[in-house]
Amino acid sequence: MRENMYEKLGLKVGFEIHQELDTHKLFCNCPSVLYDVEPALKVKRRLRPTQSELGEVDRAALAEAIKGKGFRYQVTDNVCLVELDCEPPHPVNEEALDIALEVALLLNAKPVDEIHVMRKTIIDGSNTSGFQRTMLIATEGYLETKKGMARIQTICLEEDAARKVGEDAEFIDYRLDRLGIPLVEIATGPDFTDPQTPAEVALMVGQLMRATSKVKRGIGTIRQDINVSIRDGARQEIKGVQELALIPAVIEREVRRQLALLGVSDELKKRGATEVAREIVDVSKIFSGTRCKVIASVLARRGVVLAVKLPKFAGLVGGELQPGRRFGTELADYAKVYGGVGGIFHTDELPGYGISVGEVEKLRGVLRASPGDAVVIVAAGKESAEKALGAVVVRANQALLAVPEETRRALPDGNTEFMRPLPGAARMYVETDIPPMVIDEKRLEQIRKRLPEPLEQRRKRYVEEYGLSRELAERMSLSENLGLFEELVRKHAVEPTLVATTLEETLVGLKREGVAVDNIQKAVFDEIFSLIAKGELAKEAVPDVLREVAGGIGVQDAVQRLGLGRITEAELSKMVSEVVRENWELVKKRGVGALQPLMGVLMGKVRGRVDGKLVHQLLERELRKFEFRTETS
Amino acid sequence: MFGYQGKALKTLRSISAKVGDRLRIEKAGQIHEGILMPRTELGDPNHLVIKLNSGYNIGVRLTRGAKVSKVGVGRVPKMGLPPPEFKPDPSKPSVSILGTGGTIASRVDYRTGAVYPAFTAKELYAAVPELVGLANIRTAPVCNVFSENMTPELWIKIARAAARELNSRARGVVIAHGTDTMGYTAAALSFALKNLSGPVVLVGSQRSSDRPSSDAALNLLSAVSVASKSDIAEVCVVMHGSAEDDFCLIHRGAKVRKCHTSRRDTFQTVNDLPIGMVRGGEITTLGGYNRAKGGRVRVDARFDPMVALVKVCPGMKPKVVDSLLNSGYRGIVLEGTGLGHTPEYLFPAIKRAVKRGTAVVMTSQCLWGRVDMKVYSTGRDLLQLGVIPGEDMLPEVAWVKLMYALGQTKNPKKVSELMRKNLAGEITPRTRPDVFPKPAFTPTHSQARK
Ligand SMILES: [Zn+2]
Repeated sequence: MRENMYEKLGLKVGFEIHQELDTHKLFCNCPSVLYDVEPALKVKRRLRPTQSELGEVDRAALAEAIKGKGFRYQVTDNVCLVELDCEPPHPVNEEALDIALEVALLLNAKPVDEIHVMRKTIIDGSNTSGFQRTMLIATEGYLETKKGMARIQTICLEEDAARKVGEDAEFIDYRLDRLGIPLVEIATGPDFTDPQTPAEVALMVGQLMRATSKVKRGIGTIRQDINVSIRDGARQEIKGVQELALIPAVIEREVRRQLALLGVSDELKKRGATEVAREIVDVSKIFSGTRCKVIASVLARRGVVLAVKLPKFAGLVGGELQPGRRFGTELADYAKVYGGVGGIFHTDELPGYGISVGEVEKLRGVLRASPGDAVVIVAAGKESAEKALGAVVVRANQALLAVPEETRRALPDGNTEFMRPLPGAARMYVETDIPPMVIDEKRLEQIRKRLPEPLEQRRKRYVEEYGLSRELAERMSLSENLGLFEELVRKHAVEPTLVATTLEETLVGLKREGVAVDNIQKAVFDEIFSLIAKGELAKEAVPDVLREVAGGIGVQDAVQRLGLGRITEAELSKMVSEVVRENWELVKKRGVGALQPLMGVLMGKVRGRVDGKLVHQLLERELRKFEFRTETS
Repeated sequence: MFGYQGKALKTLRSISAKVGDRLRIEKAGQIHEGILMPRTELGDPNHLVIKLNSGYNIGVRLTRGAKVSKVGVGRVPKMGLPPPEFKPDPSKPSVSILGTGGTIASRVDYRTGAVYPAFTAKELYAAVPELVGLANIRTAPVCNVFSENMTPELWIKIARAAARELNSRARGVVIAHGTDTMGYTAAALSFALKNLSGPVVLVGSQRSSDRPSSDAALNLLSAVSVASKSDIAEVCVVMHGSAEDDFCLIHRGAKVRKCHTSRRDTFQTVNDLPIGMVRGGEITTLGGYNRAKGGRVRVDARFDPMVALVKVCPGMKPKVVDSLLNSGYRGIVLEGTGLGHTPEYLFPAIKRAVKRGTAVVMTSQCLWGRVDMKVYSTGRDLLQLGVIPGEDMLPEVAWVKLMYALGQTKNPKKVSELMRKNLAGEITPRTRPDVFPKPAFTPTHSQARK
């Protein structure tokens, strides 16, 4: 039913996935790592929109230029002159290119014959150069899903942008550590017509990329952008959806927002609203004795209160578009982005926030606002307040028409907020510093040869060959320890299930306890499983050994410290005889029935130093001896 | 045609396709459609480059069976910008901008990805609108070469054009120049232009002007500020003063050197203070400079091209010097080691040179500091041989100066006198203690996140 509803609304959804690759940066040799500490070295820069043909500057570029802020770049240790736009880019990181081609082949896409690096103009400062370098790797891919074929339009390889870490009145702060990290961008067609399927396909694409074992994992290393539109609405690019689970909510709420905005537009037409004039009035005097703390503090700092009238908007500004977000919130987004102000007040929510009935009446009087009109006010420095209200007027006028095309930022609850207008289509030109790269059949053949096994096939193999449970096989097939698992199973004659549970369950359990499992090196597992294979360590001891090793000692030392020296079969037989003798009364009374209680006693003594099965076997044999005796005596 | 050769060119000719036309390429069940783009000279002849609707360029290989057809004719990209309305403002100073081939402003045609240089006054105003408030600008092309292809003949042309502008209308002159040899041209103009009436400012960019991050606009605005406002009657270079887009430095033409292959603040005044700096269009001077004395600007531009600049290195063969002599060189500037030394096994060759009347000038490959040939016996021997000490001149400035000196006179004694005398600020009498740059690193201990 619901899906049918979305189809009726003409919902069209596509998405782009950006996945960081696990290799050094794309156009220089800096490592792809992030820093949590603010570095000392900072470089201030400015960007100017370049003139394009016919003197037009790009729409989005112009918006950024109007904001007129400079950029303060934080130079971390993994930054060289390339990221600082002080040295031409080096040739493309060949490993990154191979990974991108590998992903393309896994998605059944057709690699292009010759790759050209492009400059995509972006002047929000997130790229020191003013453009992002990107290249089209392959087209026309597809992915088989339970609901049919999902079209993968393009696979691109591009450089990640710098991280925005702060902003003040003059500068936006960016940390350069992330700039240049290679990203694979996978874009689907705008083919999805319901809110659920995109998330399912995105999950599959993510799993498929992780199967290459050459992509980064963890928060922020994979990001989804979603394109959403409905009939009569407009295309929105929603950035930064970090959790797949949030995708359906984001889509549902965006549909809701667009429907509400269409409602606003209809209502304004019905009321006969005409274009809002940019008549900004200084109303500071009205608030000279205000109890509104925000306004009072702005005025105390010699700021102003400016107001603008939105004729026939009364009641609409306070109308809800998404849960907790009103049309007024959209106006406030524009005011924040273009004016750098903290927010706005509007008459649909006034009196309130310390603003009195009297002040609202005076405000309406000065602006000659009739009860059907709304008034928006901004308290800030004069220039900021003017820019903010100018942007409010622009947004209000868009509401008369319909839904504006925007780039929006996903919020944690599934709502979205305005970031900037949707960039115009054509703002790419060629990166002249890097010659084109021919992709020949030989290179593709080599990549094809080492493509990871398809997921389903791998899971089947784990169940059939390795005897893993279906559930464990599924977990293992998606694990980042996949390569290590295969290697350990190949090298050591141990139960694959033991290896898999160690890597997937024991480690997780230890981590939960607070054990620093990240300190455990790959070689440790090699050593442990080698000891187990030789019968020198019992599998029960694995968690204890790992716990000790994570504390910073070697495997042998851990075994020593835990008193886990292996017990030989002869020693064990001796211990079994002793236990039987010590518990003679019980054995006499219960015969083989004493097996369970005595197992408990013995295991308490030898756990981790000998295989439980062997204990069971020897004890049973010993008890049977006495059983025979009791029968014959 | 547009970089296409061989098979690709033949295919394009067969359908009379031109760059900008819309092509459809069908092969192996795939259809590519897009606008035909120019091919880089380094590209092979087997691919056609098209720009897809998405804006991406790709190269499509012309394999057997590939079908190429023209599905649309490209419109000729419009070169003209809508000229912003501007009238010369008589209250504003006149500045002439001379073009030599370096681009200081450009615009991008995103449809084809082509970058067009902006050079006429109108185009410059359109690209850098802030210029309107500064000066009435006139532009004149002098030549059109990459800076690495600059020649002494072109220095003369540039010097004459600058003098002509200053003598007719301009308060100051700005010369747009590629950065590679900007220092050489600046030195040449410093010697050739006499009795300057205003600033002659060389300017360029390290990041091309089609990029939003280009240093060109700030450099150009600062250069025009100097040309239109300052009373500096010298040849100077105005370029970024730091890695930031903050201020530009005004370097004396005979004391400046390109010191970094790619940084914005590549130009440095060596062994002296810069003349000044420009921040937000405001000029602050740091040391003394020449002011206009009145009268016409003269050009004294005779450069003897038979002068070589030779870097001294260990084990160097005397043949290097001898072959220069045999080829008719009349002057040699040595870039000696340390205080101004050469291996002693070069002495006989140097002696032969001086004896034949060839001027031999010593500078130091240290760049910073002054040659002193009296400290060690090697230096004393070289002086004895007749080598002219170059004081604290930059080697390439000494080279330009020797060309200039030999253009004035062939008399070895007079040449020697000219070389030792400060003509255009190329020799400073005292070596300042505060002008030797050091790296600006600080030890860090920040830990990367895993
Ligand atoms: Zn780097």
